[in-house]
Amino acid sequence: MVDDLIACPTCDALHHITDVPAGARARCSRCHTVLMTPRKGAMTQIVMLAATAAVLMVAAIFFPFLQLHAGGLSRQSSVLGAVMAFSEGGMLPLSVAVALLIVILPLGRLLAITYALAPMALGWHPARHAIRAFRWAEATKPWAMAEIFIIGVAVALVKVAGLATVTLGPAFWAFAALVLVTVLKDNFMCRLTIWKTLEERTRS
Amino acid sequence: MENARRTHAVLTARRAGLIGCTRCGRVHLADEHHCRRCGSALSSRDVGSLQRVWAWLIAGMIAYIPANVYPMLLTQTFGKRQENTIVGGAIELLDHGSWGVALIVFTASVLIPIGKFIAIAYLAISMRTAVTIRGHGRQHLYEVVEFIGRWSMIDVFVVAILAALVRFDFVATINPGIAAVSFALSVAFTMISAQNIDPRLLWDAYEADDT
Repeated sequence: MVDDLIACPTCDALHHITDVPAGARARCSRCHTVLMTPRKGAMTQIVMLAATAAVLMVAAIFFPFLQLHAGGLSRQSSVLGAVMAFSEGGMLPLSVAVALLIVILPLGRLLAITYALAPMALGWHPARHAIRAFRWAEATKPWAMAEIFIIGVAVALVKVAGLATVTLGPAFWAFAALVLVTVLKDNFMCRLTIWKTLEERTRS
Repeated sequence: MENARRTHAVLTARRAGLIGCTRCGRVHLADEHHCRRCGSALSSRDVGSLQRVWAWLIAGMIAYIPANVYPMLLTQTFGKRQENTIVGGAIELLDHGSWGVALIVFTASVLIPIGKFIAIAYLAISMRTAVTIRGHGRQHLYEVVEFIGRWSMIDVFVVAILAALVRFDFVATINPGIAAVSFALSVAFTMISAQNIDPRLLWDAYEADDT
């Protein structure tokens, strides 16, 4: 009997689970939090987008990000360079934190989501620890800050513009595309539906 | 208010003697401790959450003080040495005429953090005492606080990018100041504080106002 119910994660109101047609939204009657928005083929699309984003991420890390030119001198930096900027003078922990926020967590989340959902997109049983991987990806969501980094780059460009001319490297575009793909992917994501499917497929 | 009337009819998991999982929504009998679907720890209401909210919030406020007093950026141009605090950096952008960017920096590193301190404190107080603002108002405030907090990190990233690009061999050198560390800590602490808010408690307080 408990299995037919769903409790709103935000306000604890109980609802009966009904079949929500694809493309529709089921909202909590009390606090209007979106409970379910199933979409056709959402799993496949999420996995595709997550895999795309992971590839873009690798490109964004290793290609040159920005180039500075001034008075015949030029200097370039990759995302790794920005991460390592704090590594001198006792600020190493901040370097580690920045690495976590803009590279390790976003990449880790993408891999975890792909790992948890790819077998289901193909119609197989979920992989071992799929539940743990997806839970981790959900918990770390606020800490993956790739999109904030992009805006940070824009601000930094304005600050440097007076000193030197700046050219954007391929990694910048990879990073910008990555942010777009991530937003698209989050749009397709319906947490509660995914959890339900994960549970059903694990049991069967 | 039609919403106010409807609230009476709402059956929550707790009133039904059940526990709902805050991560995946699955409903359990009261004697379960871990969600059977996603494995998260279950509790009908996270009673200790308020203490954690306050503790992290105060830590965040304390870290915000050195973040504003000490320099964020150390710039050296042809032997000239310049130190910029957070507000100083925004003012300098204004002098250059970049209004838009100055506004972004000022909003992200001054308005949002301070607004967040006030909003979290208000939410935490409102869970204890019956207050006038309606449930939906608090819900929106909570959502905004959850969403916007991460964007304050922007200033830390700006410093990292500048320091990586502008180095010794160049016309100028930019080094991160100690404020970058305390600012990053302040943002992280307030984010943790906001995550510890149990939104169900906000709705419980709303019910108490009504009945």
